[in-house]
Amino acid sequence: MSYTPNIIGFACQWCTYAGADLAGNLRAKYPPSIKLIKVPCSGRVEPEYVMEAFAQGADGVLVGGCHIGDCHYKNGNHKTSRRMMILSKLLEDSGFDAKRLRLEWISGAEGYRFAEVAEEFTKELQEMGPNPIKGGK
Amino acid sequence: MAEKIKTAFLLAGGCAGCEMSVVDLSEHLVDALDSLEIVFWAPTVLDAKYSDLEAMPDKSIDLAFVDGMIRNTENLHTVKVLRDKSKVLVAFGACASMGGIAAMGDLHTKEELFQEAYKDSFSTDNPDNVYPSPEYLLDGKYNLTLPAILDHCSTLDQVVDVDYFVGGCPPNYTFVGKLVNAIIAGDLPPAGSWLTNGKAVCDVCKRNPATTNQERFLVDEVKRTCDDRPDPEICLLQQGFMCFGPVTQGDCGGSCLNVNIPCRGCGGPIPGIKDFGARCASMLASSMTDDATAQKFMDKFNNMAKLFYRYSHTTSKLNHAIAGHKEDTP
Repeated sequence: MSYTPNIIGFACQWCTYAGADLAGNLRAKYPPSIKLIKVPCSGRVEPEYVMEAFAQGADGVLVGGCHIGDCHYKNGNHKTSRRMMILSKLLEDSGFDAKRLRLEWISGAEGYRFAEVAEEFTKELQEMGPNPIKGGK
Repeated sequence: MAEKIKTAFLLAGGCAGCEMSVVDLSEHLVDALDSLEIVFWAPTVLDAKYSDLEAMPDKSIDLAFVDGMIRNTENLHTVKVLRDKSKVLVAFGACASMGGIAAMGDLHTKEELFQEAYKDSFSTDNPDNVYPSPEYLLDGKYNLTLPAILDHCSTLDQVVDVDYFVGGCPPNYTFVGKLVNAIIAGDLPPAGSWLTNGKAVCDVCKRNPATTNQERFLVDEVKRTCDDRPDPEICLLQQGFMCFGPVTQGDCGGSCLNVNIPCRGCGGPIPGIKDFGARCASMLASSMTDDATAQKFMDKFNNMAKLFYRYSHTTSKLNHAIAGHKEDTP
């Protein structure tokens, strides 16, 4: 069970990405399993991207945005919240474990929180095993 | 007069509704016979056998239409033969191009489907647990065979090369005329493309708020068609009826919308969409006021996969990846 999961992280440039930056500055430790993609806003993350990531074999997808009320664009993350809700139900109903998709609100001041989430999620995915689409590899 | 265009129709795993739509051409079909010669139309209209198709020389058919998904070994065999015999092959309708209704069966196991169809369904009386078997020896000497059901449903392009895709359940009959004209004029679109006007259903819908000067609001209620009767003038999404018009190709002229029924996506995804269900989720979620509405929506429609992928489950991203091995099915 010691595989390293491949996590794709979509991080909003105003909050979660800044949070990840801060995690680095604080020298917080977290596993190297997460690959961050900087997006202007978590509302930019089309559910199709998440689907594509899973279809290409990602073991987990993390979508990170600002806390509700803090969105740089006022309500981008409100839309993200609804979209990810429906998307995770869609994944579940399609026979895919929706726990592989995680939505987190991490602000630019929460460097340690980012590291904590990355570590937690990695552990969870290690317990779940690899993405079944890859055929258990 | 120039030589007639040799045309073939083949029903794979569908319901023959697409062929009904061709027959709906009525007099136009008779007129079209001046430039068309129907060489094969089975198993529905023409008195032709699969062996007749097998006996035709390769590439002798100019234009072939396949409607229906690939569900059993017979479908698989006949479409492969038809591909060899034809120059242009068209996936005609939602099933052939996206999987269609039957593709939702892939959300269950084969055993579940058989159990439901031959045992548990309300109108079935099967005390001896008789299930269809691909081979049967009758009276000890006649070896009878039936096509065997495949593990997965496939779209046409997952088993053979397809030149054109046409959406719709059933497709608009005008596509047949358009293709014939294009062949006569030698002006065929690039192979592998969808034959569509490229516009969304909203574009052709007469309730579109953009064309009727209605202001658009976020919705906080969710309704099914059985809950209420929609106002025929106002956008269905604005009334809380979940409509897939914004992400579906509108070659149908909005025919469901015209009779107060929300769009369910049979026309296929508008160009640029990679996964119909995910885009649908995104589109509907963004039109809701709050998370509570999204929750109401999920409670009301309970199965998202069967709602969003009603006509397109086989082409869903996740299913595609799982089905990577499909092409090897014997």
